[in-house]
Order: sequence, then structure tokens, then C-alpha cells
Amino acid sequence: MIDQASTYAADIDNIIIWVAVLAGFWFFVAEGVFFWLILKYRAKPGVKAQYLEGHENHVKKWVTWPHVGILAFDFVIIVMAIMVWYDVKQQLPEPDRTIRVIGQQWAWTFQHPGQDNQLDTDDDIFTVDELHVEVDQTYHFLLEATDVLHSFSIPVFRIKQDAIPGRTITGWFEATQTGEYDVQCAEICGIGHGVMAARVHIEDSDGHAAWVASAATAQ
Amino acid sequence: MSETAVAVEHHADHAHDHHGSEGFLSKYVFSTDHKMIAMQYLFTGMGMAVIGGFMAYVFRMQLAFPGISVPGFGQVSPGEYNALVTNHGSIMIFWVAMPVLIAAFGNYCIPLMIGADDMVFPRINRLSYQIFLLSAVILLLSLFVQGGGFGGAWTAYPPLSAVGDYNQTSLGASMWLVAVALEFVAFLLGGINFITTLMNSRAPGMKAYDIPLVCWMIVIASILFMLSVGPLIAGAVMLLFDQTIGTGFYDPARGGDPILWQHLFWFFGHPEVYVVLLPAIGITIDIIATFARKKVFGYKMMLYTTVATGVLSFFVWAHHQFLAGIDPRMANVFTVTTLLISIPIAELCFVIIATLYGGSIRLTTPMLWALAFMAEFLIGGVTGIFLGASGADIYFHDTYFVLAHFHYTFYPIAIIGTFAAFTYWFPKMFGKMMNDTLGKIHFWGTIIPFNVIFIPLFVLGMGGQHRRIYNYEHFPELAGEGMYQLRELATYALLVMLAFQLVFFYNCIASWMRGKKAGKNPWESNTLEWTTESPPPHGNWPEGLPNVYRGPYEYAHPDREQDYWPQNEPA
Amino acid sequence: MAFPKPQATLRSATGIPTGRLAVWWLLASEVVIFGGVLGSYLMHRLGHPEWADAAIHTNTWIGATNTFVLLTSSFTAVLAHQAAERGDGKTAAKFLLFTIGGAFTFLGIKSYEWWYEISHGYTITSNGFWAFYYTAAGLHALHVIAGAIIMGIVAFDAWRNLELQRVELIGIYWHFVDVVWIFLFPLLYIAK
Repeated sequence: MIDQASTYAADIDNIIIWVAVLAGFWFFVAEGVFFWLILKYRAKPGVKAQYLEGHENHVKKWVTWPHVGILAFDFVIIVMAIMVWYDVKQQLPEPDRTIRVIGQQWAWTFQHPGQDNQLDTDDDIFTVDELHVEVDQTYHFLLEATDVLHSFSIPVFRIKQDAIPGRTITGWFEATQTGEYDVQCAEICGIGHGVMAARVHIEDSDGHAAWVASAATAQ
Repeated sequence: MSETAVAVEHHADHAHDHHGSEGFLSKYVFSTDHKMIAMQYLFTGMGMAVIGGFMAYVFRMQLAFPGISVPGFGQVSPGEYNALVTNHGSIMIFWVAMPVLIAAFGNYCIPLMIGADDMVFPRINRLSYQIFLLSAVILLLSLFVQGGGFGGAWTAYPPLSAVGDYNQTSLGASMWLVAVALEFVAFLLGGINFITTLMNSRAPGMKAYDIPLVCWMIVIASILFMLSVGPLIAGAVMLLFDQTIGTGFYDPARGGDPILWQHLFWFFGHPEVYVVLLPAIGITIDIIATFARKKVFGYKMMLYTTVATGVLSFFVWAHHQFLAGIDPRMANVFTVTTLLISIPIAELCFVIIATLYGGSIRLTTPMLWALAFMAEFLIGGVTGIFLGASGADIYFHDTYFVLAHFHYTFYPIAIIGTFAAFTYWFPKMFGKMMNDTLGKIHFWGTIIPFNVIFIPLFVLGMGGQHRRIYNYEHFPELAGEGMYQLRELATYALLVMLAFQLVFFYNCIASWMRGKKAGKNPWESNTLEWTTESPPPHGNWPEGLPNVYRGPYEYAHPDREQDYWPQNEPA
Repeated sequence: MAFPKPQATLRSATGIPTGRLAVWWLLASEVVIFGGVLGSYLMHRLGHPEWADAAIHTNTWIGATNTFVLLTSSFTAVLAHQAAERGDGKTAAKFLLFTIGGAFTFLGIKSYEWWYEISHGYTITSNGFWAFYYTAAGLHALHVIAGAIIMGIVAFDAWRNLELQRVELIGIYWHFVDVVWIFLFPLLYIAK
């Protein structure tokens, strides 16, 4: 697995691992029984197959009990999935900062709030294909698209959200380590879909303040 | 006069009319014989599979070795890449899986297995194939029109698919859409035929639970298709109007909604998975019962489970749209329904596995394919749970993990299931046995590379690699050497797998020309198609249609010395 | 050339004649197609209260007249079925011709209505309401045209007392076309 750079990245990886364990258990049981049966019941001269309807209780239980087990495992997975989902998608923690992310064919435009930390003011910083965030700060992003569907994805954050023209979708993330990572478009958006790449720069508070200051003078 | 007597009389005439006196056109091109229409579907589908496979070869080469001139194609531009992946997906689902599994084997098997002389509406059957052929021609032509083929993915999400300025292939997009819509019409006509034939034309004595499961499965699949495709046909009309006359059904600026298409598409798209899965399961269970010499474990249980799966499949569609901007609370509902559908599907798998218990298994080529279906499909099923769990899907959505997952379902369905059915019914279709050694070489030469193609893609997906990107050089995290090695491995495996298909084609032709004569019932199977000649003549049973006395899976019955008991043999 | 029907067509394990069974399945597939259009329309209409401003420009009286025409033509289809049951192919054909006349009247009125609306600037691209209006009614009109053509063929056969069971089948289809209109009329005309 790749770096975990947001607060919920570990939660999402965790559920992936749990599903792997729970589903993997049944997978190996099923495949194991399957191959064992194939080996054990190869045709032998003079031995006729058994005549079973499949309704007899002593054989049916081999199908019924795994079922109950799968139902129980399903229940566990559902609960875990919904808990993570609720945390990532359904609730919005109070933001320290809000940015706007706009997808268009075939680039990302990022609108940062600038020195006053307010979005949609004169000192906003606009960048193309380059997102700057401060570590350990809760961000809201307002996701928009101007033409077709795009999908804002930062794999190390484990965040992904489709951008839809005509709508603004709000999401959140909080970075936990500094570094520079890929931002991808995850929804096919035309010929240039493959070049719609951006980078996210996660900086500590000094580094971020320095970037904001230098961007402000550049404008 | 009893019905059988009528049949005898009728077929005496029939055989006389139709043998030798038919011209080439009426016998092979405009035939109304369900077997000939099945062959037409089968060979058209196989031809399309070759084209779809060629597309896979081209874009896998581009992914492994970006920018090279692909032998037989040349340099792949981004637009061409999008058109290739779009049409590869469309072709493999709509022009390979559907025509081969449902139309070809449905047409071939249903009348023969229920003891009828043809479909109830032979001319509608012929019309269905002709519309299908037209749709295939339109699709192939769309690749060569100005601007190139449609490149907005097989899901065709608007606004990309709706606006020529965005997709830059306006003519290709419209032709793609028309082709898909025509294909739907063809399968609606075919489906009505299958359903009515099964309901009304069973042989005397054949009760509902005496019908071979493969017939049930194809018919249940046809019903699912019929009930799910309607909204998408309506949606396709709206999309076509958006494309051509400038309405704004999916244009948010004019009061439309792009998400509407996604709902219409996936309301069809998810049941569609079961539309192609069910025939493959039916084929598998029939073959496993035959070669394990076992009665199917819990016939009724299997049938009810299938119906439950079908019903549930209408309530899971939005799991394709967790991140598409739908209300996040809805995702919770669909997580629950999606994981619940694992119950009936697991049941189907358990029933197949349990059928092996106590059997007397003969590992013939068709049996190997059927067993491989089960083994591989389980991987597809289990990896689906990651994607159905909404929390995990946030990461996996639209990555290669999804791609590998659905190839682990569709490949067993469309390719392994087809090879199982084809090798199983080949003796009936052509009257000759296939070479078993070549068959097994082809089997292992297909199954092993298949896994080597797609297991690396799971790994790439976990590494965050997104789909439908023609070249990963713009994404530093995806352009690493390890990632490229995995892509190359998958591509090499694909080349090996494609090469082994030559063995299959050679085996088909050589067996057809010089194979051992098959006789009526080479597999010692119970179902009715094995009670007539191989290949069956027009009208199927020249000496009179059969009557049915028992279920299709009476293998190894304790009261009999022989370990099979044909359905038509009086007690 | 008469097409020799296979045994399969003549069997009836369910007790329902094959043709009728097939028509019901055909209608099942049609129901979901129209369901898709109308469901989409309803969702949008509820989300866009301002579409009512467009809807006031539809002519309820024309819609009501057409409803009446279609219902009448359905009635003559029933009479044709009754005649066919008696084995009276000629009468059945005559009643079918009445029904075809109803179809043409319906289409004539519809053409006038559309011509009037288009000439006043309400075209399919005007806004979402008009897009659905023309698409839904157009899809329905296509079914009317198809029904009229098939009815012509059935009537031609019925006149010679051939394939009389088809009179009932086309009647079932025609009632369905009628029922679709019964849904379209309030949704497109009455809901202002």
C-alpha cells in the first residue's frame, strides 16, 4: 500500500484489510473444499457416484452453516464500511481553511484563501495543477466542474469525489505528513484525461506561510 | 390424435421439404432454424471477440511500452486509446457475452433441451439476429468515421458523451449509441422468444422442475434484461437527442441532470451483470452434473436462489455511484443491499461445489472449463466485496482494482463459460468430437495467462493506478519502475494467452474436418438434445418429438445399472 | 408463401396461447421503457417547479380530444375482437379499419398541435419541459404509427378469415398504447 497522508487514510486501509481477512477466509475455505472434492471424487472404475437430492439434512447443513457465517461476516463488513463512510463522506468537521477545486478539460484549478484565510476575497491565490495545503489543518474543499464530469482523487489521502458541472460538492481532508504527491482525475473526461495530473504540496505551517507570502507578492 | 403423433406426421413433411432442396441463402443466411441462427450468433460473437481481443492487445501494448508503434496498429494517440478501451468494453459485453451466452446457446439449447422443433417465433428469431448484425456493423463503422470512434467509456457518462465539443467524436458517439440501442432491441425480440418458448413449448410430460437449469437461467436472464433495459432505452433516446438536436436532458445549465444517465445506465448495468452471469452458471452446473455423474445439489434451492438474486439485483445499482455525487446517505442503503446479494451468489457457488461431493468426476475438457469458471469466478465475487463496502470503495473506485475485479467476473462468464459450453456442445453442433489433448493444451494456455494478466492489475489498483489513462508518465507515483514491470508482465501474459487461442481455432477446424464421429450421446448425458442425431436436422427429431418422464439430472440412480437415465426414456 | 409454423408455436404448456403470451411480455418490456421516460420526467418536474410556466402553453382541449379519439378507437378494437371470436373476419376487419381511422385522426390532431406550438417558438430545445413533452409524446406517437401499420396487415388477413387470433393481439397492444396516453395526458397537459 502507498503512503497514508491523511487522518482517515488508515481507517480506509483498515477496512480493506478487514474485508481481505473476512472475505479471504471464505474464499480459501471455498476454494479448498472445491479442489479437495475434485481430487477426492475422481472417477474410479467400478465406483458409481452417490445419488443425493441435496435436500437431505445431513448434506444440506454443509451449505446452510457457511451461509449463516457469511451473513454474520457481511454484517461486520457493513457496519465497518458505514462507519468509515460516515466519517469520510457524511459528516464535515469544522474547517480551519476552505479551498475551491475546479476541474475542466484538462486541468485542475485550485483557489486558495490567501493570507486572510477567507475564500472569495481579493487575495485569493489561484494555481493550476498545483495544490498547497498545510499539514494538520482541517480543509474543506468545494468541488466544481465547468464542462464534463471529473473526479478529484488524491490516492495518499484516500479521498476521491466526482466533480459535476452545475453543482458544488463539499468534502474534507486533513493531511498528516508533509510531502508532494499525485492528484489524479479519476473519471474519464475526454482525450486529455491522461494528462490531467496535478500535485499536492503538503507543507508545515512555516513552509505554507512562506508559500502564501511568495504567491501574494507574485500576484 | 396425440400431440406426438401430430409431430411425427409434421416432421415427415418437414424433413422432406428442407433437405437438399434449400438454396445456400435460405439455408445459411436467411434460415429460420434456431440452430442456424444460433450458429450465426455464435460466429458473429466470436468474430467480435477477436476484434475486442485485438483492441486489448493494442492498448495493453501502449500501457506497457508507452509510445511504441504497436505491430499491426501503429502509434496509439490518446483519442485512439480512449476509443479502443471504450469499444473493447462495449464489444465484449454487448457483442460477445450477450450474443454468445444468451443468444447463441439460448437459441441452440432451449428448443433442443425442452424437446421442441424450433423457437415459437422463428421469423422474429431471424429478425433478431439481423438487427443484431446491423448493430455490429454500425459499431464497427463508427470506428472509422471522421473524428474516430467514441471514446467516452462504455458507460458513456454525459456531458462528455452528449456534447461533441467535449468528446470530439460526435459522429462516432451517435453511431455507438445507435448501435447499442439496436442491440438492445435485438435482444428484446430474442428474449420474448426465449421466454415464451420455455413457457409454452415444453415436451409433453416436462414439468417446470424437469427443465435443465441452463434453460431456466437463460430465460431468467432474458426476463432480467427485459425489465432492466427499458429505462436505458429511454435514456438512450434522450442522449441521442442531446447529441443530435441539442436538447438538454443531461445538461445542468439547461435544467437537465448528468446523474440521471448514471441512474438509468446502472439500473440496467447491474442486472446486466447477472444477465450474462446466469447463463454461464447454468452452463457450468449442467456440465458439472454430467461429468460428476451427480444429480444437481438442490435443484429447487438453486432456482429460487437465482430468482432472489435477480430481484435483489434491481436494488444495488447505485454502488457504482458511491462517489458520483449522490446523497452520501444513499450509499449506506446500497452498501447493505450490495453485501446482501453476496448471500444468494454464495449459495449458487456452494450448490455447484456441493454437487461435486460424492461424484465420479471425469476431467474432460468441458469439465475443466466448467470447474475453472467456478474457481476463477470466486475471485471475482470476493473482490467485489471490497467495492461494495462503501468505505473501501472510496479508495478503490475507478482504479485498476475495479478493472481486475470485473474482469475476474466477466472473463469467467464470457470466455471460460463460452469455452465450456462450446467444447461441451461441439459434438452436437458439428457431429464430431474435439481433440481432447489440444483442448487441454488450450485450456491451460488460457487459464494460466489469464491469472497472470489480472493479478498484477489488482496490485496496480492498490497502488492507486486509475483507469482509462493512456500513459502514466504524467503521474510520478504511477510511473515508477515497479509499476511498469507489473504492466509489462500483464501485457506479456496477454500475448501468450492470445497466441494459445490459435490452438483453439486449429482444434475447431481440424476436429470439424477429421474428428472422430460423435454419435448421439458422447457424454452419456440425460438431457434431450443428446437423444437426437448430431448434428440435429431442421426440425430436430426427424422420427418425432420426444416425451419426458423425469428430471434432467438422474445420474447414478440407485435403481439402475447404467449411471445415466435420459429424460425421454419411458420408466 | 405461407410460413409453416413449427410444432413449438402450436404447443401451450401454460394454457395461454403463445401469441398472447408473447404480446404480454412485449408490453412488459414497453412498460419499463415508458416508465423510464415518465420516471425521469417526474423527477425533473418535481425538481423544477418553474417548468409549470412552460406547461401552461400546452393545449388541454386538444389533449382531451385526442384522449377521446384514442378511447373510441380502443372501443372499436374491442368490437373487432368480438367479431373475430365469432369467426366473422370481415366484420373484424371493418372494425379494425375504424381503429386505424382513430389512429390517423389522433396523429392529425397531434400534427396540428405540434405545428402550432413549434410555430409559436416552443420547440424541443426550448427547455427541459418541452424536451420531455416532445420526446414522451413522440415516442407514444411512434407506437401509434406502428400499431396502425400492424393493424392494417392484421385487417388484411382478417378480411380473408386468416390468422383471426391476431385481432385480439393487436387489440391488447392498442389498449396499451391507450393506457400510455392516459398517463401522458395528465402529466403533460393537466399538471400546469
